[in-house]
Amino acid sequence: MTKPRTNPLFHISKRKEITLRESASIRAGAILLALAACALVTTALTGENPIAVYGTMWHGAFGTTRKIWILLQNMALLLCVSLAVTPAFKMRFWNIGAEGQTLMGGLATAACMILLGDKLPNPVLIPLMFVLSCAAGAVWGGIPAVCKAKWGTNETLFTLMMNYVATQLVAYFVIVWEVPKGAGKIGIINQSTEAGWLPQLAGQKYLLNVLIVAVLTGLMYIYLSRSKQGYEIAVVGESERTARYVGIKVEKVIVRTMLLSGALCGLAGFLLVAGTDHTITTTIAGGRGFTAVMVSWLAGFNPLNMVLTSFLLVLLDRGAAEISTDFGLNHAFGDILTGIILFFIIGSEFFARYEIRFRKSAGKEG
Amino acid sequence: MDNNIPAISVRNITKSFGSVLANDQINLDIYRGEILALLGENGSGKTTLMNMLSGIYFPDDGQILIDGEPAVIAAPKDAYRFGIGMIHQHFKLVEVMTAAENIVLGLKEPGRLNLEAVGRKIQDICREYGFEVDPNQKVYDMSVSQKQTVEIVKALYRGADILILDEPTAVLTPQEAEKLFAVLRNMRAAGKAVVIITHKLHEVEEISDRVAVLNHGRFVGDVATRRTNAQEMTNMMVGHAVSLNIQRPDPVDPKPRIQVQGLTVRGADGVVKLEDVTFTANSGEILGIAGISGCGQKELLEAIAGLQKVDKGSIRYVEDNGSFCELIGKDPMEISAMGVALSFVPEDRLGMGLVGNMDLTDNMMLRSFRRGRGAFTDRRAPRKLAEDVVRELDVNTPSLSTPVRRLSGGNVQKVLVGREIASAPTVLLTAYAVRGLDIHSSHTIYNLINKQKQSGVAVVYVGEDLDVLLELCDRILVLCGGRVSGILDGRTATKNQVGLMMTTLGGAEDHD
Repeated sequence: MTKPRTNPLFHISKRKEITLRESASIRAGAILLALAACALVTTALTGENPIAVYGTMWHGAFGTTRKIWILLQNMALLLCVSLAVTPAFKMRFWNIGAEGQTLMGGLATAACMILLGDKLPNPVLIPLMFVLSCAAGAVWGGIPAVCKAKWGTNETLFTLMMNYVATQLVAYFVIVWEVPKGAGKIGIINQSTEAGWLPQLAGQKYLLNVLIVAVLTGLMYIYLSRSKQGYEIAVVGESERTARYVGIKVEKVIVRTMLLSGALCGLAGFLLVAGTDHTITTTIAGGRGFTAVMVSWLAGFNPLNMVLTSFLLVLLDRGAAEISTDFGLNHAFGDILTGIILFFIIGSEFFARYEIRFRKSAGKEG
Repeated sequence: MDNNIPAISVRNITKSFGSVLANDQINLDIYRGEILALLGENGSGKTTLMNMLSGIYFPDDGQILIDGEPAVIAAPKDAYRFGIGMIHQHFKLVEVMTAAENIVLGLKEPGRLNLEAVGRKIQDICREYGFEVDPNQKVYDMSVSQKQTVEIVKALYRGADILILDEPTAVLTPQEAEKLFAVLRNMRAAGKAVVIITHKLHEVEEISDRVAVLNHGRFVGDVATRRTNAQEMTNMMVGHAVSLNIQRPDPVDPKPRIQVQGLTVRGADGVVKLEDVTFTANSGEILGIAGISGCGQKELLEAIAGLQKVDKGSIRYVEDNGSFCELIGKDPMEISAMGVALSFVPEDRLGMGLVGNMDLTDNMMLRSFRRGRGAFTDRRAPRKLAEDVVRELDVNTPSLSTPVRRLSGGNVQKVLVGREIASAPTVLLTAYAVRGLDIHSSHTIYNLINKQKQSGVAVVYVGEDLDVLLELCDRILVLCGGRVSGILDGRTATKNQVGLMMTTLGGAEDHD
């Protein structure tokens, strides 16, 4: 039997609590380390000056007023989808079907614009589009919820599969409505009449979207932290048995919350189609349904923190796109940098939860 | 082996979790051929200390010596290498595997796995110490006591000669506990070191040779069991003199409150959990429910609380004026909407009664959050209630915004009981209200229950410690396999009588 005589150099133990300051400094440190690692990788792989690369990233995100507006617009849409999935996540209902729910909302909006664009005036048409797109998203989110509440089906698989159904539905209608015939795409809807297009505020194309999502962020924060329904969501998420014990009807809460989650995804689809793109394609949601999972999670399901996390992710994405064009690098290079930065940020969660203690004294002979 | 060198010496061991100092410079010796009882209130650091010996935690500072040699125990496999085996409160067995498979799980023995040989070795161990284990029985078919036996055999199979048991009797009937003690005595005779963590002083007196006491993470002292008594041990544990007697005030104007008639309940798998149960719980009285764990207590309370589907029978809530209403078929919301003030302290505190990740205020709100109009919650009243409970029940918490899972067991239970009695109930159901609580906290709970009884509440007290049931309750209903074995007067019943009724319907005398 061999007995090691010295204590291990360090050991890992769980933190019981962490101050706000510690947690902030851990995360700030992670970002700094990430930037340093990115700089190393950049120089090693491309020979470019990392400072210049960062400058370009910055420029890509904030370089011109137009770029800032695009950044804000992208952030607003990502944040909207993130806000939508958050109540479900707080309930531990893993809704990864935001992509499909958004698509369905967008499809409903596009359908209204195409079929009713020349029949209804905008003040009637736009509210109708709003309601129908929320309803479409709610139905798409509600189906897995009802099945989970009634038969205990697995919501992760179910919502994921619903994404594919939504994509195929959109693909089908794109062919039905394609302009011109045989083009395989719809193109800009109602370009001449602008029927169903969201109005521009103060001459800014994206301002309305940004404002709507800003208001939604505040409302969602209040809903989750102050409302009775928000409290029920938290209790159901923490423990279904406790919820039943205090008389909360768990099935009802699951369905109600997913209707809300789906409806907000539908709203994102509405903003996307009526507010910015004015068309519909199968890829219009652009993976936001999945990126939203990360936004919500990194923010600890707190809508106010999600402003920061969605900003960070959009910033990285916009910056990465700029690098690939400016330096003539492969587009994947931007993704590599984004990956490195996310790796550090997510990795820092470990240090927020655990601490590493180094040995104080080498094992003294007893 | 020389009996004078301790099997384990703990020297100045310190361990903290965040700002909480769980173990502070602890020194303790564990000898072979001796049963050491480790005593201490909840949160005094007993389990933390033992977890460091079994490689689950690693000390911040200090040293562990094994047979006089410095040892580093960084992982459970190190602990096994040093012959230390720990039986945890929550068993760590794979339900779908057999006893033998569980016992060899994770062992890297050369050659092919020969389960027959394993079975023979298990039988040898069982013969040596007086266990009964069927190596081929699946764990899910086993009783709690059998699972515990498998855990102990698992430790011995891996060559453990220092055995640590964390509250082993908490889940056992008195008869099963006796069997366990017989086995532990055999181990002592075979020269093994045994450490047993327990709250039950009569067990300490019965089984141990030496008692070591911890208080708030510090080592208070150790003493030979025969030179001390329950009162002295309690004083050491608490740090000051306390009374060990449980009060039993006379019932206050008892009138029928809950009438249960022919209640039959089936579990999810169709197995009958309760069969034709009939009894009455009176106001101003404590009705104790005794029985081996898992023979219908949980289903009975949950049926009354509206959480359990019922097959047959009726549960009536009777008002003082004789009018009554039926509780079966109603959920907790509907029951309270009928004006029935029913409080329920469930067995699973953090999984059912409270939300572990929420703070005290939000947990207080669980019962009352629907109050008031409008869509928003009002946290003022719950915060006030949390303040009151913390002050009146002397809850030890850093603040009102601490998640309750961070509190120690006794404090968690005070929060739960405090909330449940705050709604001025007329019926109070409690399941294992003092399980895992130290003497001091237990007495706080007994006093609270007595106060409810004196104010006319019908109390149903499901308990496992027969001594406590006999001291606290006015009447005791004994369950046996989901049926009523009998209802006894708490003032005249004896422990033996109750014990027999728990295992045989009606408690027929043995003819031997």
